[in-house]
Amino acid sequence: MNGQWYDAEAGPLVRPYAMTGGRTKPGPHGVRFDLIALVAVDPQGGADEEAESLLGPEHRALLGLCRSETQSVAELAADADLPVGVVRVLLGDLLEGGHVKVSRPVPPAQLPDERILREVIEGLRAL
Amino acid sequence: MGQHDNRTFGSAGSAGRAGDADTEADAGAPDAEPGTVEEDGELAALALKILVAGGFGVGKTTLVGAVSEIRPLRTEEQLSEAGELVDDTDGVDHKTTTTVAMDFGRITIRSGLSLYLFGTPGQDRFWFLWDELSTGALGAVVLADTRRLEDCFPAVDYFEHRRIPFVVAVNCFTEARRYGAHDVSRALDLEQGTPVVLCDARDRDSGKEVLIRLVEYAGRVHTARLLDSVGPQAGSG
Ligand SMILES: Nc1nc2c(ncn2[C@@H]2O[C@H](COP(=O)(O)OP(=O)(O)OP(=O)(O)O)[C@@H](O)[C@H]2O)c(=O)[nH]1
Ligand SMILES: [Mg+2]
Repeated sequence: MNGQWYDAEAGPLVRPYAMTGGRTKPGPHGVRFDLIALVAVDPQGGADEEAESLLGPEHRALLGLCRSETQSVAELAADADLPVGVVRVLLGDLLEGGHVKVSRPVPPAQLPDERILREVIEGLRAL
Repeated sequence: MGQHDNRTFGSAGSAGRAGDADTEADAGAPDAEPGTVEEDGELAALALKILVAGGFGVGKTTLVGAVSEIRPLRTEEQLSEAGELVDDTDGVDHKTTTTVAMDFGRITIRSGLSLYLFGTPGQDRFWFLWDELSTGALGAVVLADTRRLEDCFPAVDYFEHRRIPFVVAVNCFTEARRYGAHDVSRALDLEQGTPVVLCDARDRDSGKEVLIRLVEYAGRVHTARLLDSVGPQAGSG
């Protein structure tokens, strides 16, 4: 025995939502960002360097990822190696603070027109 | 907000279409959301979602990996949410969240236009995640193995009930007896027109072909629905 009282079954020892202060739902607006909602830094959002310096490391990591390229919520979670639920809460904070803007997902009734779909098919062929 | 409050476990048929539409609207950002932009420059970027579903070990991960840069995605789901749907939280006592892993891949068509693939988690207890995944999805690939065709019944049912366009891709494992697409279509009792494609999930070109068939089919389905919806009005007007 190595004296460990826990095993892999116990899950991560830092509770996944610890870095969100225990919050499991984003912001007062209660928005649940779609997995493919796109997140970009918001230059007009009103957040300055000072506001940014007050952010925690996870918030800043996400902001850094958005800065390099507009990314989907799913990609941010994969790249930051954080669970999606946690990323949603952190993004809610960033949205509140005016650091980022988040796109609306495509409503199903407005699926892309034929031109886009043709472009997708051509793109897949060329892959 | 009451998003996802009409989740149904494996009985999508009982949720009316009107209810579905509400949920879909709720999944997006509300109208007055500060900082939410729709049409400006960068964010006019388009992201399309495709799901890859099917039974255990049928090749979902293999397929997503063959056509895209694949990354594992973790979601941390609260058991209270899952527990509303399945009563197996007894004995898990104090654990409040559970990890669900999904396959996730991106195919960049061009700058500002990307396809996102999501391999749906197979176990039934995570079906509530499908509702979120399928919201706004362009379509789905249901992978099937002819040796265990019944494994894909739940996925076929799910997408048929939700009216999400899907193709059935038969993953041709070498050991498996070959069946024609027509046999598979009959065995699965597919709605007429649902494409059945034979594929090798390990092969990139084969995977690409599956996706192309899906996008073509999804385009046809959506166009047909659009025409249906304007048809009666045009007639009466
Ligand atoms: N011979 C052969 N093997 C395959 C094929 N596709 C997948 N496999 C193998 O089948 C096994 C299961 O494939 P996965 O891609 O992990 O299946 P999955 O659907 O993601 O499985 P779960 O996530 O566990 O449900 C792996 O060992 C693959 O290498 C195929 O077309 N032919
Ligand atoms: Mg897998």
